[in-house]
Amino acid sequence: MAKEIIEVKNLKVHYPIRSGFWNRITDYVRAVDDISITINEGETYGLIGESGSGKSTTGKAIVGVEPVTSGSIMYKGVDITKSKSRHRLNYNKDVQMIFQDSLSSLNPRKRIEDIIAEPIRNFENLTTDQERDRVQELLDIVGMPSDSIYKYPHEFSGGQRQRIGVARAVATNPRLVVADEPTSALDLSVQAQVLNFMKHIQQQYNIAYLFISHDLGVVKHMSENLAIMHRGRLVEIGSREDIYQHPMHIYTKRLLSAIPQVDVEHRDEHKKHRQEVEQEFQNDQSKWYDKDGRVFPLKHVSDNHLVALPEKEIIEEETNDKEGA
Amino acid sequence: MEKQSDLLLDIQHLHTAYRLNGKFYDAADDINLTLKRNEILSIVGESGCGKSTIASSIIGLYDHKNTKVTGDILYNELNLVGLNESLFDKIRGNKIGMIFQDPLASLNPLMRVGDQVAETLYYHTDMDEKERHARVIELFNQVGMPKPEETYAMYPFELSGGLRQRVVIAMAVACKPEIIIADEPTTALDVTIQAQILDLLEDIQKQSQSGIILITHDLGVVAETADEVAVMYGGQIVEKADVKTIFEHPLHPYTRSLLNSMPQSEDEEEDLHVIQGTVPSLQNMPRKGDRFAARIPWIPASAHEENPVMHEVEPGHWVRCTCWKTFHFQDEVSGE
Repeated sequence: MAKEIIEVKNLKVHYPIRSGFWNRITDYVRAVDDISITINEGETYGLIGESGSGKSTTGKAIVGVEPVTSGSIMYKGVDITKSKSRHRLNYNKDVQMIFQDSLSSLNPRKRIEDIIAEPIRNFENLTTDQERDRVQELLDIVGMPSDSIYKYPHEFSGGQRQRIGVARAVATNPRLVVADEPTSALDLSVQAQVLNFMKHIQQQYNIAYLFISHDLGVVKHMSENLAIMHRGRLVEIGSREDIYQHPMHIYTKRLLSAIPQVDVEHRDEHKKHRQEVEQEFQNDQSKWYDKDGRVFPLKHVSDNHLVALPEKEIIEEETNDKEGA
Repeated sequence: MEKQSDLLLDIQHLHTAYRLNGKFYDAADDINLTLKRNEILSIVGESGCGKSTIASSIIGLYDHKNTKVTGDILYNELNLVGLNESLFDKIRGNKIGMIFQDPLASLNPLMRVGDQVAETLYYHTDMDEKERHARVIELFNQVGMPKPEETYAMYPFELSGGLRQRVVIAMAVACKPEIIIADEPTTALDVTIQAQILDLLEDIQKQSQSGIILITHDLGVVAETADEVAVMYGGQIVEKADVKTIFEHPLHPYTRSLLNSMPQSEDEEEDLHVIQGTVPSLQNMPRKGDRFAARIPWIPASAHEENPVMHEVEPGHWVRCTCWKTFHFQDEVSGE
């Protein structure tokens, strides 16, 4: 059993909605509403959801840049939702982030050397020569030429910039890297490059990734365990096999059926299947969501396959399955 | 032989060049394409390969000072290249509809969405205000808008991404165009919404018997919707065939590399295929020889043609250059 590195327990991030004459808080936007996940050492954990599902907010909360409403994030047995404990544990060194938009996440007025060295300067005391060696080494890891340290971000292509982002994220030897849609702005062949580098670095340095994406194909390639998020809650957690071969929640099925398949021969059948699932999703809203339209709490189906099933449905589902078999 | 009227658009030897530092560089280089009625033609390629350039050349939306378009784009025996603007205004939006990638950027933020669709009708039809309103509601129904009457009076920011794209589609098909150009229509949308929009486009095409040019970089979308596919690299079409041939018997090294770099289910533990090097910029694009040759250096130069041209390998299946005959991936043993 792999050792866990981060344990998120009942995490909630709510934003107040103010309205009325006194500008009082009238309601909350429940961006992240009671989610719990566990990330193991050296593994890639996939977090999938559509836009607005709260997946990026979860990532930010784990890095510590988003104030948490309630719940806890345990790292080395300490709750790091308070900045004091983050400092004590060197958490900000151990957890890094890769952003979606590589251009806006790199300072346009700094050279690559300074960009990559910034986290090193923050946490380590190196001489100028040592620091330069370290930057060169990092650029080497992501396959960038050594003269790039004198260049500025705009001189690179999107894929190269994203690789610089990866180099910066691993500069402090982190234990966990939160990658928020690292390749969704990239072309297919460039995406392959960045994903390969991320995988190699993971194997070399035993880094855990929280891989946030809406692209189910990429997540399938990258992660062993994954969670599907919808309307601020998790609808299904499981291993890659659980989710892709035996999806149980209607939302997971809908998401999976909507991925375009490169299978020209069967595209009509695929389209029909997709429309059936979509129809079922539209018709059975009340069955899979509570009366406020929220996802039900998760229930164990097997040891590590959790599905947001309604109270009584689980028994019916099982009998249906038996009848089907 | 097909009937003459089935041919909607005939593009021959199209060159579109942009001026950069005083010199013109071809962004679309010798493009030959045809679009038939009831057909979805997909142009696929990575960013910067010139696929959107073709779209803007067809519809005449480019900077006339800094762009040079030569060749022929024949629509009903009318050459769209160099057509004067007042004639073009009668075709654009009326006979040729356009759907852009970012629906928020292509809608006027200060105008009610219903009025924006009605504006197209105002310019191209002689309907009065009541008729236009009725037609917009009809269009909103057609594109699957949940509450057409209420949506009419809304502003773009009040709608979700999927609904905004439906408004743009309603606008594009308002005058029942014969040709619809969709430039990355689903790139900004979630997968589930993407599926709905693509279904909608197919439905509209079936109803109106129009031809659609679908520009995308997503091979999955191509496989799901297209009839004919043109793969582009560096401003040129490198392979052209029906969708089945492209995905089942791709020949050009670029098509094969691209298909290979998709994250696929079978090889989860393996590395993804990476195409060596990068796409050269417009100014640095080699104008002689095979443009893809630099990305596959292990293939000897003798395998490439000196001036690669399109060859019809099988009826309807065109491939540029002859290097595909000896091409193999680096980790593969040579085919010979």
